[in-house]
Amino acid sequence: MFNTNSLVYLIGLPLFGATFLLLAGRKVDKWGHILATVLSGSAFIVGVDQFFQMANRAPEDRAITQVLFSWINVGTFNVDAALLLDQLSICFVLLITGVGTLIHIYSIAYMSHDENRRRFFAYLNLFIAAMLLLVLGNSYLNLYVGWEGVGLASYLLIGFWNQKPAYATASKKAFIANRVGDMGLSLAIMIAFATLGTVSFAGVAEKSHTASQGALTAIGIMLLVAATGKSAQFPLQAWLGDAMAGPTPVSALIHAATMVTAGVYLIVRSNFIFDAAPTAQLLVVIIGAITLMFGAIIGTAKDDIKKALAASTMSQIGYMVLASGLGPVGYAFAIMHLLTHGFFKAGMFLGAGSVMHGMDDEVNMRKFGGIRLFMPITFVTFGLGYLAILGVPPFAGFYSKDKIIETAFYSGGIKGILIGSVALLGAGITAFYMSRLMILTFMGTPRYTEDKNPHESSFLILLPMAILAIGSVASGFLLSHGNALVNWLSPLFEMTEETENEIMPPIVISSLALVFVAAGFALAWKMYARSAVSNTAPTDVSIFTKAARRDLFQDDFNEAVFMRPGQLLTKTLVSTDELLVDGTVRGIGKAAIGSGNLLRTTQTGFVRSYAALILIGAISLIAAIWVVTQ
Amino acid sequence: MNSANYLYLSALLFTLGAVGVVVRRNAIVVFMCIELMLNAANLSFVTFSRINGNLDGQVVAFFTMVVAACEVVIGLAIIVTIYRSRRSASVDDASLLKR
Repeated sequence: MFNTNSLVYLIGLPLFGATFLLLAGRKVDKWGHILATVLSGSAFIVGVDQFFQMANRAPEDRAITQVLFSWINVGTFNVDAALLLDQLSICFVLLITGVGTLIHIYSIAYMSHDENRRRFFAYLNLFIAAMLLLVLGNSYLNLYVGWEGVGLASYLLIGFWNQKPAYATASKKAFIANRVGDMGLSLAIMIAFATLGTVSFAGVAEKSHTASQGALTAIGIMLLVAATGKSAQFPLQAWLGDAMAGPTPVSALIHAATMVTAGVYLIVRSNFIFDAAPTAQLLVVIIGAITLMFGAIIGTAKDDIKKALAASTMSQIGYMVLASGLGPVGYAFAIMHLLTHGFFKAGMFLGAGSVMHGMDDEVNMRKFGGIRLFMPITFVTFGLGYLAILGVPPFAGFYSKDKIIETAFYSGGIKGILIGSVALLGAGITAFYMSRLMILTFMGTPRYTEDKNPHESSFLILLPMAILAIGSVASGFLLSHGNALVNWLSPLFEMTEETENEIMPPIVISSLALVFVAAGFALAWKMYARSAVSNTAPTDVSIFTKAARRDLFQDDFNEAVFMRPGQLLTKTLVSTDELLVDGTVRGIGKAAIGSGNLLRTTQTGFVRSYAALILIGAISLIAAIWVVTQ
Repeated sequence: MNSANYLYLSALLFTLGAVGVVVRRNAIVVFMCIELMLNAANLSFVTFSRINGNLDGQVVAFFTMVVAACEVVIGLAIIVTIYRSRRSASVDDASLLKR
């Protein structure tokens, strides 16, 4: 019917690139990065081709499946390795390959001085392949393979400069935190198979009506655990800040635009489960709201430009998770914010990378200042992303974030007012910390030392930033023009009759959001533009600032609750093993040796003592017989 | 005469032999003490044969004598050989089995 054979190329091209570059060795150092970029670009072209083919079909025929091979065939458990491309996956395919290719181009220049550039590009290609498998798998099990694959690529890339112990530790931290989430996903798959007998999306969607409420809630909560791990949501959020140890293109691609949004994809993809399990859905909203505030508060206190952006990413994904927990009306807005966020946050990360490039890898914003004069293009592209994340009309964030705040308010009752207010307040704090970042970096007077020589980056670095900046400006309007994305995605979701719950008209909410944003900006302007900024972090700060600087004690909490008791447990287990298990085994040996030594003393070698013993034995025997028979 | 007296004598002889084996060091004396014990046993067999009025005990006594004769031959040969190699007939000197 349709040509479905090209789906495999989407994954195959970057996967080939990763394999080839890793195996070919130093011989391809000269052109390996070009190959990787071309392969990623080809995958993007295939994606675009697929998109236009899909758009030309009727909405009900848009999803296509390509079965690669029968993967597991045991009794009633049959899983095909199959790819599913539908309206939701194509959004991700275009985002991953599009932003991915731009970041490949950026990395050619950014990593040009690194002697392991070929390995870096191999990992980037591996990531693209794994991420595409994640969004193209037609079952939870196929998704799981991609899910683990992106975790591996993320681990390898965070620890790319693992000669620094802190960076190696950061990559391990990310991997371990992700493993906790992965446990949730594998448990969700197991519960789904145990109760529904299938793990494919279509199968689970079809049979989810037959399952009990409890089972669906359990699956939903486990999927949420998986999402919190991958998307750095509360309570598994601690790894994202440290993940900034990786090279900046990695932070832009994996830890801002694509991988960390996999949790949102998972929730939206599993809409049939969450729609049927209100408890799990409510939990999604709560987790999203908590993380949205959590990330925003951390973002206000960070001086490291990348960590401030990471906190912002966490907060923005909180918005997406919140939206995806609002049911069918929220899914499309979650995806829309995901796509616009992919543009502006990746653009800003690349901008931060460009600034670091011109400032000898300095990341402390207190040692920047006034850089706009030396890096005008970086300033403009970064500034467009900044306006987008603030939600200033007509930039991208305005369309997506306002819709989320609006949907939150309209979700009804106390809950609606509560989460709506949180989302609104979050927008204000976002404006504060992003303005702070912007002012500290680009505005004001220079605070860097004399030896720094800020200069604009090369063309290959600026080009991707420019394209992403255009996306930051236009994507919101394009996606929401005539409800384009909502209509595009709507066949996937079971729309329920919308109960109109307008507690206030949209225009009021938009204005309120803008008021909050303006207030946040004004506060930042007053604190950082109107008053002098020290180039070292002030120490006489309030307890709240201290808490935010320590990431709201997320690491202290994890250390106190998980790490130390865990260490205690392992120590106890080790000593138990040594004392009890080994002690028993060694004790038996020692007892045998001891009793042997004791018995050996009777073996004197003197005939007479043997004779005496025999005699004593005989006499005792006779005596015993005599006693018994008496 | 009361048959029990023979048994008392037998017990006495056996005890003498046993004590001799334990306390004496000279291999020849130890050997003779063993003979004494064997013959004490023989005396008991014969006595019981008489008490019970059958010949079983007598038969066993003959067996014991035959076995004792063989044992004497071999035992004396061992003692002579040990004496030749070690220039000693003390049983305590022949304690190599300990190691």
